[in-house]
Amino acid sequence: MENHTHIRVRELSVYYGREQALKNISVDIPEKRITAIIGPSGCGKTTLLKSFNRLIDSIDGVRVSGEISMNGDNIFNPKIDVTLLRKKMGLLSQRPHPLPMSIYDNVAYGPRIHGIRKKRKLDQIVEHYLKESSLWEEVRDRLHTPASGLSVGQQQRLCLARGLAVEPEIILGDEPTSALDPTASQRIEEKFLQLKARYTIVVVTHILRQAVRLADYVVFLYLGELIEHGPAEEVFKSPKKELTQGYIKGVIV
Amino acid sequence: MQKLQIIQDRVARQVMFALAAFAGLIVFLMAFGLFVRSRPILESFPLFELLSSSSWHPLKGEFGLFPFLLGTLWVTGVSIVVAVPFSLLCAIHLSEYATRRICEWVKPLIDLLAGIPSVVYGICGVLIIVPLIKNHLAPLFGTFSTGYTVLAGGLVLAVMVFPIIIHVALEVFSSVPYEVREASLALGATKWQTVKLVVLRKAMPGIIAAIVLGISRAFGETMAVLMVAGNVARVPKSVFDPAYPLPALIANNYGEMMSVPLYDSALLLASLVLLLVVVFFNILSRFVLIHVEKGIQ
Repeated sequence: MENHTHIRVRELSVYYGREQALKNISVDIPEKRITAIIGPSGCGKTTLLKSFNRLIDSIDGVRVSGEISMNGDNIFNPKIDVTLLRKKMGLLSQRPHPLPMSIYDNVAYGPRIHGIRKKRKLDQIVEHYLKESSLWEEVRDRLHTPASGLSVGQQQRLCLARGLAVEPEIILGDEPTSALDPTASQRIEEKFLQLKARYTIVVVTHILRQAVRLADYVVFLYLGELIEHGPAEEVFKSPKKELTQGYIKGVIV
Repeated sequence: MQKLQIIQDRVARQVMFALAAFAGLIVFLMAFGLFVRSRPILESFPLFELLSSSSWHPLKGEFGLFPFLLGTLWVTGVSIVVAVPFSLLCAIHLSEYATRRICEWVKPLIDLLAGIPSVVYGICGVLIIVPLIKNHLAPLFGTFSTGYTVLAGGLVLAVMVFPIIIHVALEVFSSVPYEVREASLALGATKWQTVKLVVLRKAMPGIIAAIVLGISRAFGETMAVLMVAGNVARVPKSVFDPAYPLPALIANNYGEMMSVPLYDSALLLASLVLLLVVVFFNILSRFVLIHVEKGIQ
């Protein structure tokens, strides 16, 4: 299979007030692959990820220069509809944050917002995506109980189902397993490997082994700068830059 | 030396316990005291008659508290109907939309509102709201009014209740984790959808608590209402009628005409009723909170 670029980042710089969080990043995120963004904490991984769906917009005093384009459209174009852009991307955050409503309503939230009202259609969607995230069997009898009653691992799979239910093209994971126990993490990782056949996945992770297990493509950031990027095998086996070599050996933490 | 410190520790602990216990007991002591002093009138008339009779003629020995109860309810009701939407929208704006710089300016100003003495509110009410109702609002609805009305009391109270509801609501909104909003936005919800469907829902128990706090304040507020509500011992039939709320009754009359038999007992019964109503509302709010918390999450 050939690699198509799904998200194209060109000369992206992000400032929080006077502080520059990302410095002149240019990178191509391949379609229907898992891309891992790695690097020590505070290096701008999450900022890069949240630039993709423009969640950084709502941070006070943020400034952005450069360009990110998805399927050729610049996402910073003031004319684009941010809600449509965000609908194309499902987000999994560090800890699961179920919405304050039932399991069913959590999954149905996105579709309802985007105009689906028919009960039968919603029922189908909820069932489908709960199965897709391997949660259906565990919750089918208590769909209408509060989502906060689920375990953290289940909540994270619920958040995955909630994100998938708006039919995105891209899944963004911001250290999605950092709050989970090993078994629950493994389930999410397995899910990602299945889902990459249909979705472009971008995962921020500080767990190197997870990057090795999952990634097809690796982006290594260090203090806001892009140090190295390339196919996972190349980056992990024969990193070109000294910083990358050091990080992969675990010297820089 | 060692021993002295141990004694100090023990004494300090017991003194603090006593103080804490006393603080907790004050409500009961006050209720008990009021009850004892209102016994004479309770022995002379059945409670139901006192609360449901509309005739207040102390000189004739008639002590119907019904007009005052309703006066309180009307004024409080108007104030809440006005204050809740205003203050909630204001709090939503400050917490979800306004930039930090605006918040830093506006929040202290709103908190300042809470510290203004109620006499000042009363004066402003007399000078601004009363003439406004008399000259503009009442004619607009085709009625005559002196301006000293339920509406005037309610509006003045509403302004006094704003800062309380806004302050508590802001605290509640800021306790909703940012990531929950982010989760909603990331699904393609607009800001307003996120506020309406997620933030308000998550904050609902706290908002109810804020409103009940506002109601309690409105119930007990005396001076400002007394100055603008008209103080006529009749059951109000519309917002353009005067009202005579319980606190105004007590403040206006206690200490005067005490030679009239049972008069002071009647006023203390009014105080007791006021106290019980506020306690009742607080308990009610607890129940609502528990119920709502179970429903959502």
